[in-house]
Amino acid sequence: MSEKTVPTGPEADPEAGPWRPAGRRRPGGAPGRGTAVPARVRLAFAAGTLVAVVAVILVVPLVAGDAATRTVDYDAVLLPPGAGHLLGTDDAGRDVLVRAVLGARVSLVVAVTCAVVATLLGTLVGAVSGAVGGLTDAIVMRVVDGFNAVPHLLLGILIVALYRGSLISVVVSIALTHWTTVARIVRAEVLSLRSRPYVDAAISGGASRRTVLVRHLLPAVAPQSALAAALLLPHAVWHETALSFLGLGLPPHLPSLGTMVADSRDDVLLGAWWTIAAPAGVLVAVTLAVAGLAGWWRDRLVPRRRSELAL
Amino acid sequence: MLSGTGLVAGYHRGQRVLDGVSLELEPGSITGVLGPSGCGKSTLIRVLALLHTPEEGVVRLDDHRVDRFRHAAPAALRRQVGVVFQHPRSAADPRHTLRRIVSAHLPAKSPPQETDRLAELVGLTPDLLSRRPHEVSDGQLQRACLARTLGTDPRYLLCDEMTAMLDASSAATLVHLIRAQVHERDRGVLMVSHDPALLAACCDRTLHWEELARPT
Repeated sequence: MSEKTVPTGPEADPEAGPWRPAGRRRPGGAPGRGTAVPARVRLAFAAGTLVAVVAVILVVPLVAGDAATRTVDYDAVLLPPGAGHLLGTDDAGRDVLVRAVLGARVSLVVAVTCAVVATLLGTLVGAVSGAVGGLTDAIVMRVVDGFNAVPHLLLGILIVALYRGSLISVVVSIALTHWTTVARIVRAEVLSLRSRPYVDAAISGGASRRTVLVRHLLPAVAPQSALAAALLLPHAVWHETALSFLGLGLPPHLPSLGTMVADSRDDVLLGAWWTIAAPAGVLVAVTLAVAGLAGWWRDRLVPRRRSELAL
Repeated sequence: MLSGTGLVAGYHRGQRVLDGVSLELEPGSITGVLGPSGCGKSTLIRVLALLHTPEEGVVRLDDHRVDRFRHAAPAALRRQVGVVFQHPRSAADPRHTLRRIVSAHLPAKSPPQETDRLAELVGLTPDLLSRRPHEVSDGQLQRACLARTLGTDPRYLLCDEMTAMLDASSAATLVHLIRAQVHERDRGVLMVSHDPALLAACCDRTLHWEELARPT
């Protein structure tokens, strides 16, 4: 039987240009994305989108007022987009644009709070675990494994089911299910840092574990933690949306992107597509913009990755 | 006297970097250890500086037998043995200014003049103290690291190829400074290097690695 060989390297496709390892980008291309869109264009698009969304979130409530989200007008039910209501009205006659903007505000506040709480908790646990090491580290990491073994959404549902209808329960459920990722990143970084000679020098000079942690380790992992928080932000938005969509998140009177999508299910079947278009559009725009900015930051923070990709 | 007797140490189970190494360091003298790269000189320094726990052997510091190492060792004991590392770039926190690096081992309530005194001692000008490690040369950074180590006023100073990254002029200045410290402060100094000329020029006695490493 003749042996079949798979061509690799330059001979595989002579017209494909110089050979490079799989997954590496061509020189001049966008780093790590496998796309032809330059990094600066993606950055400008992401930053512009986020600035626009934040500006709208700040301006619209001032113009419309919070009462606009609660004003029910049964003479104006399911009006399509038009002059009076730019993005139409929902099944209670409420302005969809105003509710979508205020919903985005609530979702973003919840997501930012969740990301900050999860990052602080994960950084603290990961740093202490990595710095102390030994049995403490082993026990903490098994606890982390235990948290990771349970599906995040399931654990989140369990927590909000116990204290449902509360903003705090949503924040706690998302933060408690996402700190483990940050803890793992920070622990790995601390394990690498604690063998550096400047840490040895500090120990030799009589520094306590706490001093080494506060003076050297935490400042060193702070950029990684901040990046983890930024990467967690879009995920937290989706998590809050999922919980609210399932009816376990925020109370119905508090507009969030999730509650709006959940409310619009029946309206869509009646042909009122605009009731879901506005919250879904804001959701996609916000998450893509934040994820784009976080990706750019990650590429800036880890230059080694860029140089490897530029081979 | 700082001594290590029958030291066995490594970084992975079953791998012995030090295998029955013994060394005594007297106050007021400079002892040189000459050995090729990778023979275990830096590990010996880490063990004697109480930064690495030996698998076997005894470390004694002025007749006090040391049983615990790194953070477990009493801070007062750790502060009696200072270390100057080979690579100043990795021995200094890149986020700190030279002033913060120099004052790192001083007591929390030390006046700024104490930092200035240490900086002057090693020949660092005041304008350098506001810079960060990436803004100064290797020689200047190594001086800052030496000043930091002297901040604890250690009885013993362990120098791990401290001049390997420096030019001849900077190396000569640091060696001169170390000699002055030995005579003025009665410190015991261990200099390890693979450069016989350097050790011959500055050490009171020079030992070859083979003389220290006698397998148990």
